[in-house]
Amino acid sequence: MATVAESSVSSRTASLVVTAPSLVARHVIAGFSHVGRFSRLVLELLRALREWRQWVPRAVEQCQNVGYGSLFIVLLTASFAGAVTSLQAGYQFTGSVPLYVMGAVVTESIILELAPVLSALILAGRIGARYAAELGTMRVTEQIDALESLGRNPVSHLLLPRVISGAVMVPVLVVVAILAGLLSGYLAARSSLGITTYDFVYGSRYFFRSFDLWYALIKAEAFGVVVTIIPCYVGFTAEAGAEGVGRATTTAVVWSSVTVLLLDTVLAQLLLPT
Amino acid sequence: MRGVVKSFGAHVVLNGVDFEVRSGETVALLGPSGTGKSVLLKHIVGLLLPDSGEVLVDGLSVPHLSRDSITRLRQRIGYAFQMGALFDSLTVYENIRLGITDEKLYRNRTYCDDRVATCLKMVNLSPDVGRKMPGELSGGMKKRVGIARAIAGKPRYLLYDEPTSGLDPVNADAMDALIEQLQDELRVTSVVVSHDVRGSFRVADRIALLHHGKIHKVGTPDEFKHAKDEVVREFLDRDFQLLGAGF
Repeated sequence: MATVAESSVSSRTASLVVTAPSLVARHVIAGFSHVGRFSRLVLELLRALREWRQWVPRAVEQCQNVGYGSLFIVLLTASFAGAVTSLQAGYQFTGSVPLYVMGAVVTESIILELAPVLSALILAGRIGARYAAELGTMRVTEQIDALESLGRNPVSHLLLPRVISGAVMVPVLVVVAILAGLLSGYLAARSSLGITTYDFVYGSRYFFRSFDLWYALIKAEAFGVVVTIIPCYVGFTAEAGAEGVGRATTTAVVWSSVTVLLLDTVLAQLLLPT
Repeated sequence: MRGVVKSFGAHVVLNGVDFEVRSGETVALLGPSGTGKSVLLKHIVGLLLPDSGEVLVDGLSVPHLSRDSITRLRQRIGYAFQMGALFDSLTVYENIRLGITDEKLYRNRTYCDDRVATCLKMVNLSPDVGRKMPGELSGGMKKRVGIARAIAGKPRYLLYDEPTSGLDPVNADAMDALIEQLQDELRVTSVVVSHDVRGSFRVADRIALLHHGKIHKVGTPDEFKHAKDEVVREFLDRDFQLLGAGF
């Protein structure tokens, strides 16, 4: 019995030793293939900028979808984030630091991190899923092939307007999120900690640097491109029917969310003086 | 097409296809489902590139054309997709208008209104269909709108991908009649991909049978009807038995 079991284990190990390198190689090749295709798509997007007659009207339409359509969820998220930041800061600091510090903590947290990152993650789910599903469905129902067969460039008709809408509207939404977060943070601090308006504003201004706002906008711009370009790529290259569209949608949301978090770290390292 | 080979992974779909369409004729490309008929059609318009071999249209090597050149070539080719492939976020009018490939004409609203109305009439649809969304149309109507979009740019070549698939016999006959009518009116060169033998015999000047990744036989409908070749007989007999028809 032991001999049979041992031989089974050793044959499985041998087969793993044989198949593992090919499995790794296959994944590495697939990874490089994605990098290559994604780079080509970026070049195509840049090249399609000159076809402004195609993408401008469609970009305006997409801006309405992204901006107006996401306004409520962004406001809601930012408002909760501001209030929670205020309450947690109050819990941690009350009695140990002056109350006006609350203003600084809430303002800096909202501007530097919470408004851009939370908005981007929400938009990665909302816009990312939508774009990947839309483009994926268009791919598997041959609508993209149809567009190409009509001599029209799907990049300028479908992809560029979506990426432009993210690049334009996400910074606007982040500014709205900052305002909503600050207001809710102030209201929460005032109602639960009894901080005065003067103290809150004083704290906010004491630590504030105008670069903080620029930093938030730079992040918002980068996130705006990421949460649209990744779903566009994934949807555009979707395969294999309804299952492929479902997989593309999940992949788009996961990858754009992970990239937002990765980019958040990289930009903090690059742009924030330590 | 000369020696066209196309594989998807390990699966070889086209294995050295030689295929020629003469100016002004209608060729039906027959073969059972999954033999690569649509794949072959997509090579003509450059939607797929061959692994090896040549695809020539108007003397131009399709796989080697620049983006601008392939765009210009595609403006001369109308492609009617199997399920219509209509843009579901656009109205029927906008779908057909997108088929007007000349940018100046595309921006001329009066021309577009006239052209869309004409194309709808050509495919036997009423003008009010233009206001509908693709989701409101039946399968047969979607195919007709797809054809209307394909002819909107006044192409020199028309490619039909399974125009009668999924249609009941009455609608399939109507579709064949429409293809015949368009050939008479437009005088274009056409390739009709189909597995419907009866319809192909009706619309085609010549028929090509795709078998095991190669063109097995090319000939007139009469030559096909009287062919002794085993593969041809097997394919035709199966289809006619299914239809309950005979020669």
